[in-house]
Amino acid sequence: MRIVVLMKPVPDTAAGGERLGPDMRLDRAAVPAVVNANDEYALEAALKLTEALGGEVTLLSMAPASAPDTMRKALAMGAHHGVLVTDPVLEGSDTVSTTRVLAAALKTLEYDLAFAGADTSDGGAGVVGPGVAALLGLPLLSYAAKIEPDEAAGRVRVRRLSPTGYDVLEAPMPALVVCTQALGEPRYPSLKGIMAARSKEIVTRSLSDVGVTPEEVGGAVAGTKVLEATSPPARAATEVVREPADVAAERVVAFLAARRII
Amino acid sequence: MPGIWVVGEIADGGLARISTEVATLARGLGETAGHDVSGIVVGAQPKKAADELARFLPRVVAVSEPATDGNAAATIVAERIAALARNSGPDYLLLGAGPEGRDTAGVLSAMLGWPVLANATGLGWRDDGPTVEMSVFGGKLNTTNAFTGGRGIITVRPNAAAAEPAASPGKVEEASPNGEPQLPRVTVVDSVAEPGAAAPIEEARVVVAGGRGVGGEDGFKVVQELAEALGGVVGATRAAVDAGWINYAHQIGQTGKIVKPQLYLALGISGAIQHKVGMQTAETIVAVNRDPDAPIAEFADLVVVGDLFEVAPAITAALRARSG
Ligand SMILES: Cc1cc2nc3c(=O)[nH]c(=O)nc-3n(C[C@H](O)[C@H](O)[C@H](O)COP(=O)(O)OP(=O)(O)OC[C@H]3O[C@@H](n4cnc5c(N)ncnc54)[C@H](O)[C@@H]3O)c2cc1C
Repeated sequence: MRIVVLMKPVPDTAAGGERLGPDMRLDRAAVPAVVNANDEYALEAALKLTEALGGEVTLLSMAPASAPDTMRKALAMGAHHGVLVTDPVLEGSDTVSTTRVLAAALKTLEYDLAFAGADTSDGGAGVVGPGVAALLGLPLLSYAAKIEPDEAAGRVRVRRLSPTGYDVLEAPMPALVVCTQALGEPRYPSLKGIMAARSKEIVTRSLSDVGVTPEEVGGAVAGTKVLEATSPPARAATEVVREPADVAAERVVAFLAARRII
Repeated sequence: MPGIWVVGEIADGGLARISTEVATLARGLGETAGHDVSGIVVGAQPKKAADELARFLPRVVAVSEPATDGNAAATIVAERIAALARNSGPDYLLLGAGPEGRDTAGVLSAMLGWPVLANATGLGWRDDGPTVEMSVFGGKLNTTNAFTGGRGIITVRPNAAAAEPAASPGKVEEASPNGEPQLPRVTVVDSVAEPGAAAPIEEARVVVAGGRGVGGEDGFKVVQELAEALGGVVGATRAAVDAGWINYAHQIGQTGKIVKPQLYLALGISGAIQHKVGMQTAETIVAVNRDPDAPIAEFADLVVVGDLFEVAPAITAALRARSG
């Protein structure tokens, strides 16, 4: 089983320092990068599958040249290879460019399944995975809570989260699966994993390596722009209630009534 | 049919609630901009949803597409809309920002090469194009965004607007596309309902959420009862979900759902950043926590310092007494 996991380095939300730069784009230098959470779930699912069935997991990122630091963390979890598509032209890419570049890069790799996270914690559009599937003509199995490939039959089954439970989807491989946290908690890298990751190869590819011309992608042709950014109005000061439960409850009810919530 | 198209989403045979909100916003946008706004519904039986969408929009096209029967719909729907969009030339496509809308928007964007502005919390019009309000970096910043060219796709968050039907209902036209969709099909082998799967927490007016402090599956009964007394639904933190006390469908936060209810009431929740990003734009935040220094106390409007197992039932009782 060969699985490619699309992985994006994103600013660490826990560090809390995300901001826009003077060009109104996310200032990626301001905050340490981590593996996007939904991509970690995808990677964990990929590792469990290859541990059970044999095979290898390749990470694929389109990211700034500093991305190998973040990719090492994912390699330390157990991914076997890393492929980084990086090019100065790609700075400021919108989702259309990202989708094109990732699709072009994925096309150069061999795989049975490609995994993407349901969305990213920075952009959050959730459109890149479906877009890559469409460009490559891959079956799209999204919002996965369980992934069951059948190598002999060359098919994959996925439980897709639905408003009332889940749907069981089935399609031939190769296919693209969009992954969620419901797949299970990601592992922490072991010390052995961290040591091993140091010697794992991260292949760097330029745009021309993946067959994309610089004119069709990147910040210069981005289809969206930020016009303005403002801080939301500060919340009013917190009211603290320390009375015994029944008195506190009356105060909560009065508070909700005053705000016309009840 | 140039102008603005609302892609109506089918849920349970009818129109998804999110589409009524998107349609309401789009109609307002069309009025400001002086553009036509149309709806489009693609499905094996699109008529019912199309009729519902026509309560909001002057003109709706119901496209019958038998292929969505028994197959995952989003890719097929997107392929049909992409073909129609190429012929009829709308400028903007609007969808809901839920799973179906995102899948459809992703495929549409890739097929048409149109950019996406995602998770709109509001829409406006300026300099001949739409502007899109977004809440980014977990609610730390509000941005106003626009397309650089003349065309684009917008996904809209739940609760961005209150659905409001038009003064008079619109017309529904039926259309049958030619040929078969080309992208590979994904079969729906089975649909399984899970108990406690999904109160639609993104749409709820009141969310009562439980965290690690709730202590177990049984503890969630206290959360459920308070939610019922408030006419709300139950949410949870990842800690509670990871512990297996409640289904992932209820999780709020960075890797769960983003909610913007009128009232968010937190029971035994510390307010970690990854949780906060999913709820901090709630209009009113009330927390019950034993620890007065829990981070949630920094951004809640009201904090009760105390044991949730005493305070929550007392609030439930007070609410019941009040409603008689
Ligand atoms: C990549 C990543 C993604 C994540 N995504 C999410 C996400 O989407 N959603 C999410 O919620 N979390 C997410 N987390 C986890 C997050 O960091 C926190 O661990 C989690 O939100 C904590 O949940 P909690 O508040 O229930 O538990 P805790 O932080 O343990 O807080 C429990 C609180 O309950 C209080 N308490 C205990 N007993 C009682 C009692 N009897 N009465 C009153 N108060 C009591 C305690 O004082 C404490 O404040 C993510 C983490 C990572 C690393």
